[in-house]
Amino acid sequence: MIRNSDTNGTVYHVQGGPMGTLLTIKDFCLWYGRAQALFDVGMGVEKGLVTALIGPSGCGKSTLLRGINRMNDLIDGLRTSGEILLDGTDIYGPDVDVIGLRKVMGMVFQKPNPFPMSIADNVCYPLKVDGVRDKKTLRDTLENALKASALWDEVKDRLQDNALGLSGGQQQRLCIARAIAGDPEVLLMDEPCSALDPVATAKIEDLIDELRGRYTIVIVTHNMQQAARVSDNTAFMYLGKLIEYGETSVIFTNPKVEKTMEYVTGRFG
Amino acid sequence: MKPSLNIEAVEGKTEADPPPTVKDSELRLSIKTRPENGTPDMSSEDGTTAEPRPKRSMIWDFKARGEPFLWGLGGALAIGMLMIAGFIVLILYKGVPTFYPEPIEVMKLRDGSVVAGEVTRVEKFAPGTDILANLDDKAKEAIAAKQGLAGRTLLKTGNFDLYHEDYRWVNDYEVAEVSEPAGIYMVERMEWGPFIGTIVSLNLQGDILDRNRISPEILRKEQAAAARRRERIREIERTEIAAVNQHMEDERLKLRKTGLSYGQSSSEYQRTEAVFKENSEKLEVQYQDLAKEAVLLKERDSKYAITLADAAGREQTIKLSDIVRFYPANDLTVWKKLEIYFSRWWEFLTQEPREANTEGGVMPAIFGTFCMTVLMALTVAPFGVVAALYLREYAKQGRMVSLVRICVNNLAGVPSIVYGVFGLGFFAYVLGGSIDQMLFPERLPTPTFGTGGLLWSSLTLALLTVPVVIVATEEALAAVPGSMREGSLACGASKWQTIKWIVLPRAMPGIMTGLILAMARGAGEVAPLMLVGVVKMAPELPIDQFFPYIHLERSFMHLGFHIYDVGFQSRNSEAAKPMVFVTTLLLIGLVFAMNAASIMIRNRLKRKFFMGHF
Repeated sequence: MIRNSDTNGTVYHVQGGPMGTLLTIKDFCLWYGRAQALFDVGMGVEKGLVTALIGPSGCGKSTLLRGINRMNDLIDGLRTSGEILLDGTDIYGPDVDVIGLRKVMGMVFQKPNPFPMSIADNVCYPLKVDGVRDKKTLRDTLENALKASALWDEVKDRLQDNALGLSGGQQQRLCIARAIAGDPEVLLMDEPCSALDPVATAKIEDLIDELRGRYTIVIVTHNMQQAARVSDNTAFMYLGKLIEYGETSVIFTNPKVEKTMEYVTGRFG
Repeated sequence: MKPSLNIEAVEGKTEADPPPTVKDSELRLSIKTRPENGTPDMSSEDGTTAEPRPKRSMIWDFKARGEPFLWGLGGALAIGMLMIAGFIVLILYKGVPTFYPEPIEVMKLRDGSVVAGEVTRVEKFAPGTDILANLDDKAKEAIAAKQGLAGRTLLKTGNFDLYHEDYRWVNDYEVAEVSEPAGIYMVERMEWGPFIGTIVSLNLQGDILDRNRISPEILRKEQAAAARRRERIREIERTEIAAVNQHMEDERLKLRKTGLSYGQSSSEYQRTEAVFKENSEKLEVQYQDLAKEAVLLKERDSKYAITLADAAGREQTIKLSDIVRFYPANDLTVWKKLEIYFSRWWEFLTQEPREANTEGGVMPAIFGTFCMTVLMALTVAPFGVVAALYLREYAKQGRMVSLVRICVNNLAGVPSIVYGVFGLGFFAYVLGGSIDQMLFPERLPTPTFGTGGLLWSSLTLALLTVPVVIVATEEALAAVPGSMREGSLACGASKWQTIKWIVLPRAMPGIMTGLILAMARGAGEVAPLMLVGVVKMAPELPIDQFFPYIHLERSFMHLGFHIYDVGFQSRNSEAAKPMVFVTTLLLIGLVFAMNAASIMIRNRLKRKFFMGHF
C-alpha cells in the first residue's frame, strides 16, 4: 500500500483491507494523443473492499477505471507510463495477454448493455468465450450468477427470453451477473446507476454491499451519497490527478485537503 | 402597455416615451444603473418607462415553417410512386390479358375476298388522295365527316404458310360485312404460327372422317394421342439419343486423354483404344436402334393428319401432332376461355420456346436467370461481407482506407458493359482458358470453361454488385453500438469472437438488405451477360441428369436477354410485342419472389439472432 509519494502530492489515509492490496497503481500517466489525461496516479486497491472513484466530470476517473482492464487499448493514439500491478504483475507488461486480463476483471458500464440474445446466453457469454460447452456447468453458473446479482427470482421462469425485454434496472443487474459469471477477481463499475431510477439504484447498491468481500470492487460514481454509502475507501480525483485517497468516512466528514472538502460539500463540481 | 403584434408600433412608442434627448442605448444603460440609485424594483411605476421587450411577431411565417419543403418532399415521393405504379400497371395491363383467347372476326371485303383473324389493334389514319380518289361516294362522305380520318384494324390472320404474313391491316372502307361465325377454329401449331379457319377432315391412318363425322370428343382424343407421340419422338431424340451421344463423346475424350498423357504408341493407349472400339460399337448399335424407333414412330405419326381450310376456303393439310392447342374461338364459354388462358400460362412457364422464341415457353430462361442469380448471391455475399469486415473492423482507418472506400463506391458507377468485357477477357479467356488447359486438354480446341458460361456470368455480376454489398455491410457494421462491442470485450472475448458472436449477428439484417439490393440489380442486368454467357437459345439447361449434374460452363438463357431478343431481334415483331410484356412481367415477378424469399430469411435471422438460446 502506498502511504505517500514525493512526486504527486496525493494525501493518503487508506483503510487497509483484511486481505491486503490486490491492485497497485504506480505513477500511472496516460495520454490521449497529445493530451495528458492522468498525471502520476498512485494508489492501492484493497482486496475484497469497495473503492470509489469520485471527482468532477472529466477528471479522469473513468479513464483510470478503463486503464485497469485496458479497455482504453481500443483508442488510437493512446499512451501510458507507470505501472498497474495485479498481484505483483504489471498488466501493461509485454507478456500480458489483454484477453486473459479482462477475464480477471469483470466490467459493468454506465448504460446497461445486454447483448441482443436470451438472458441465459447473456450471462453465459464469458463461458462461451472460454469455450465451455458442458450444459451442467453452464446451468450452474447461470443460476449462481443470477442469484448473486439478485435477479434469479425475477427471471428464473423466462431465461430464454430476450434480455432486451428487461427493465433498465434488471438489465444492469444482468450485466453484473454477466460480469461475475466469468468468475473475475475484480469488478469494475463505471457509474453503474447513472441511467437508473432510485429504486433500481437502491437495489444495485444493496447488491454491491452483498458482493463486498467476494470481489474487489472499484466503482466510479458521480453520486457522492452513493460513494459514501457503498464504499470503504474513496479516491478523489481532480484534473487528472489523484488529490486524496483514504477511508470513505474520513473523506466525506473530515477530508485532509481543501479541494476535497469543497467537492464533497458541493461547493464545486 | 397594450400588447401589439406590430413591431414598428412598439418601436414608435419607445421612442416617444423617454425624453427626446435620450437615445435607445443610453436608456438601456440607465436601467442597469438603476439599482444603485435605490430603485431596484423593476415593477414600480418607473419600470414602465423602461424599454419594453421587443414583441415577437405572431404572424404565420411561411418561410420559417417547413410546409413548402414538406410539400416538395411529398410531391417528389408522389411523382416517384406514380411512375413506378404507372410502369407496373402498364406491364400488368399489357401482360396479363395476352394469353386470353380473343374471338375471331371474319371480314368480307368489297372486292369479294374474305379475311379472318383476331383483332389486335384498331387505329385511325389519314388516307392519301390517291386512295380517296378510288373510293365510292359513300365512303368518301364517311371519311370527310371524320375530318379526313379513316379507321383500320390490324388482324392477326395467322396461316403464314398460305399468306406469307401473320398480320394484316384492313381498312374500314374496304369492309363489306363483319361477323363472328361459329365453328371457326384457332389452331396453334408447332411450326408456321397459328392457323385460323375451319376443320375439313381428319385422316386417321387412311380412315378419313369428313366434317360431319368429326365430333369434338374424337378431335380432342386424337390430338392428345398425337401430342403423346410427339413427346415420345422428342424424348427419343432429345434424351435417349442425347445420352448415347454423351457416352460416345465421353469414350472419345477418354481415348484422347490417354493419347495425350501416354502417347499414341503406348500400351495404355492401345488398351484404351480396344475398349473404346468395343464400347463404341455397342453404343452405335444402341444408337441405331433408337434412330430406327424414332423413324418408325415418325412414319406412323405422319399417317395422322388433319385438313384445315381458311376463311376463303383454301385447304391445308398438316400432321395432327403439329397441333399444340386448338379451340373454336367464337363458341367459348368464359370457363373455357379461362381454361385456355391458364393452359397458355402453364405452357409459357414450363415449355421451351418455339418459333425463334416468339412462341412457346420461357422455362429455360426462367431457370437460367434463377440459377445465375442464386450463384451470384452465393459468391457475392461472402466476398462482400469479408471485404467490408476487414475495411471496417481491422483496417487502420486512414487515408488508404478512405481511398479504398471511394474506389469501391466508384466501382458501382462503372458501366455494366465494361464489367462484361472484363468478365470475358479475364474470367472466360484467361481463367477459363487456363482451366481448360489444365483440366480438359482432351476437349481442346473446343473450349469448356474458356468461353462464356453460367459461372463466368455469375462471377461478373458478383463483381458488379459487390460494391453494394460492401457499402451496406459497412453501414450495418458501423451501426452496431459500441457499447455492445465493449461489453463483449470486457467479458474477455477476443476481437474475432466479438465480431462473430455480437457484431455480425447484429449487422446481419443490414447485410441481408445489401444482398437483396445486389440480387435485384444482378437479376435485371443484361448488357454484361451478352458477352459472358447468355445466348438466344440454349440447347441444354445448366442442371441436368448427366454427370456432374451442374454444368457451370454451359451458356444459358436469361429473361432479360429474352426480352431484348424477342422484342427487338425477332422476325415477327408484332407477335413478339405481347411476349415482351409477359416476359417483363415474369422477370419482375421472379425478382420480386427472390427478394421476398430473402426478406423472409432476413426476418427469420432477425428473430433467431435477437432471440437466441443455448
